[in-house]
Amino acid sequence: MTNSAIFVTITILALAAFAFGRQRSLTIASGNIARLHSLPRHHGYFAASCAMIPALAIFTIWTIFGKDILEGLMIAGLPEEMAAQYREQAALVLNRIRLVVENSTTNEQDINIISAANHFKELYRYGIWASFTLSIASGLIGLLVALNKTQPDFRARNHFEKILSIILIASSTIAIIATLGIVLSLLFESLRFFNEVSIIDFVFGTKWSPQTALRADQVGSSGAFGAVPLFAGTLLISFLAMLIAGPIGLFSAIYLTQYASRPVRKFGKPLLEILAGVPTVVYGFFAALTIAPLFRDTGDLLGLAISSESALAAGFVMGIMIIPFVSSLSDDAITAVPRSLKDGSLALGATKSETIIKVIIPAALPGIVGAFLLAISRAVGETMIVVMAAGMQPNLTANPFEAVTTVTVQIVALLTGDQEFDSAKTLSAFALGLALFITTMLLNFVALRLVRKYREAYE
Amino acid sequence: MSDTITESPTDWKSAAMRKRVKSRYRKERIFKSFGLVALLIAGFFLVSLIGKIVIDGSGGFFQTSIEIDVPFQADILGDPQEMALGDFEKKVRSTNMMRLIQAAMALHFPEVKNRRDRRQLMRMMSTGAREQLRTMILDDPAIVGTVKRVSLLASDDIDQVIKGNIDINLPETSRKVKDKEVAWLNKFQSEGRVSVNFHTLFFTNGDSREPELAGIWGATMGSLLTLVVTLFTAFPIGVLTALYLEEFAPRNRFTDFIEVNINNLAAVPSIVFGLLGLALFLGVMGLPRSAPLVGGLTLALMTLPTIIIAARASIKAVPPSIRDAARGMGASQMQVVFHHVLPLAMPGILTGTIIGMAQALGETAPLLMIGMVAFIVDIPSGVTDAATALPVQIFLWSDSPERAFVEKTSAAIMVLLSFLITMNAIAIWLRQKFERQW
Repeated sequence: MTNSAIFVTITILALAAFAFGRQRSLTIASGNIARLHSLPRHHGYFAASCAMIPALAIFTIWTIFGKDILEGLMIAGLPEEMAAQYREQAALVLNRIRLVVENSTTNEQDINIISAANHFKELYRYGIWASFTLSIASGLIGLLVALNKTQPDFRARNHFEKILSIILIASSTIAIIATLGIVLSLLFESLRFFNEVSIIDFVFGTKWSPQTALRADQVGSSGAFGAVPLFAGTLLISFLAMLIAGPIGLFSAIYLTQYASRPVRKFGKPLLEILAGVPTVVYGFFAALTIAPLFRDTGDLLGLAISSESALAAGFVMGIMIIPFVSSLSDDAITAVPRSLKDGSLALGATKSETIIKVIIPAALPGIVGAFLLAISRAVGETMIVVMAAGMQPNLTANPFEAVTTVTVQIVALLTGDQEFDSAKTLSAFALGLALFITTMLLNFVALRLVRKYREAYE
Repeated sequence: MSDTITESPTDWKSAAMRKRVKSRYRKERIFKSFGLVALLIAGFFLVSLIGKIVIDGSGGFFQTSIEIDVPFQADILGDPQEMALGDFEKKVRSTNMMRLIQAAMALHFPEVKNRRDRRQLMRMMSTGAREQLRTMILDDPAIVGTVKRVSLLASDDIDQVIKGNIDINLPETSRKVKDKEVAWLNKFQSEGRVSVNFHTLFFTNGDSREPELAGIWGATMGSLLTLVVTLFTAFPIGVLTALYLEEFAPRNRFTDFIEVNINNLAAVPSIVFGLLGLALFLGVMGLPRSAPLVGGLTLALMTLPTIIIAARASIKAVPPSIRDAARGMGASQMQVVFHHVLPLAMPGILTGTIIGMAQALGETAPLLMIGMVAFIVDIPSGVTDAATALPVQIFLWSDSPERAFVEKTSAAIMVLLSFLITMNAIAIWLRQKFERQW
């Protein structure tokens, strides 16, 4: 018995329930549909949902909580010496048992662990059969209730529509649940991290070396979690990116909205959109293999020491990536400026560029600032380009020719490869994630505020 | 009027004014050219990005083979006439095919006696050549005892020399392919035994440490499975949410809160979704690591805002007269929405969904968080198998030290981009075909 088998059974049950419900309504009406309040298929839908909802609910509870409950039971049943060991090193013991459960060919020697794993397997067998029986039984009961209710004047359609509207509301709360999930998971793990490392050290510390000691007496691996070098690196790269994307994006938007003829506009806008559609991993590859060596060699020619993982290369390519964000949002802001303002300025004899600089841009400024802020928030959260092209050394420098590291690079570095959930090293990634999340949220909040406020001013 | 003023300030013909106007027009031209230059720079970036990938990547679809005369010796392989077929196959499967290649090389270069040179000679052929020989023998056991000219895959370094990516004019110490190998290669070439062929293995193989054997099929399947999961979660939830917000929801705090959350989700950096997937799907729910199921769910949360926003716009575009007509015929609100509004809004919703899927297909960072970066040779067959995805494969290959992986990476990027272009083209086609002016 597997989870997918249970799922398939529930699906079959639901289909059967539809057929039964439909058939039953027809039988009761003795073939004369006019006697029914609702159409036969509504009776079918109603029966199917009555069967499916309780069954699926039990199945979902089982898939989410089943393993945890069984593990709790298994630990309760551990022999005394094992239980003592478990109290000391819970995660380690549990991991060893899990390993044996998942992979029976491991070279686990400890007989207690193997027997615990076997105990778990046995429990799991019971558990999955129990959940299978429970969910199917509840589905059948639901079906029986539905069939029992099937009468000619039973308002099956109304009942089904009520269920449907509950489903609609439920699915629209997923967005809330997801946001809540992000906030809670980041917050929860970060709090665990801040239990070990003080929040002051994290926010203001200038030394980042997340290697924690494996043994207490180890030298030189105490682990320092001062995130300032990461924040500084992120800021430096985002700043460089905006140096590229800001002017190019803004001027393209101005040209496309104010100067370009229709064909040029028709060609230019999609061109910028393609730039936005290229996956970031492609930009990263381009940065690491083309731009970074190019900059390094140019630097050699000019006598500048440009690192092969320089902030400049990463920032430059990231700038290319966010050009379309700047340009399309600025484009919106500029086109939203009322035509009367522009015409008034032109009528007074101003040239087009004077109109743009003195009238249109000031009028669109909040929107343009909003566009810049959104682009910065993109740059701050961007991962692949910096992972592939920026370095790993936490350098506290403002020199764009040196290698710096960013928040996202460190999150990836900390969480790929072998990991355990309890070390400060792993947990620090969540604290970085939280910092990233808060920063982008704030930037977006301010940006959207700006954009909306000024849009209202012209409407 | 005084005589001292010879020019009034608005005299358009005065020299000062002319100068001023001239400079204003010059500024105008400069400003305009700035705009054009900005656009051209953006275009130049795009062209150089794509151009570089295409130039690097087109070689990745081709691979060098060398034809060598392989003596299929019965004393190495066993004689199929004397043995039962099953025994023979068993023997062939356990035989080291390197020995056949060794024998073939000895035929071609009898002068090479030195052990080290011989080993170097063997390294000209790909390790995949052994598998090629094995399937050849298993397909046709009658081949044993004959000497046959067989086209076998060359190693990645030889392939790079043939394609000109390794410069043989460099001093010997600073390149991977040594003079001896170049000489042997030249001999093969002068005999017309070296050919560069279209490399179908690139499309049918899984990942490999050897560039000439590495393929994208495993990653493509991984991406496909991930996208299926994403589609089946994000599409229904997104459409139902959009329907609720547009057609049913009263305007109150709760619906405002939902909208705020959707906008927030759209702005969250993708890597944070990866952290969510790690903490929630792997940590709390205990789903398997590296599985397309988890990747798909994570990407579904990421694409949800895109789908919801597109679906809402498309539902809003359905004119109220349709709803009024349906209501006038006695339809319930549910019937109005599901029988009339939804089908009419569907093309727009699908367009938005395809664009969302294209985004999900190109996304890498969240997949790194949930462990889809492992080196996986097997082709995944289900959503809970360990798998990797196309962009992650690109990331992994780009990290490889071998020169030959550069063109493989670029080729994989070309495949990824062509998928994205196709998806976007379908979206545009759908929009144009079904777009309706009411």
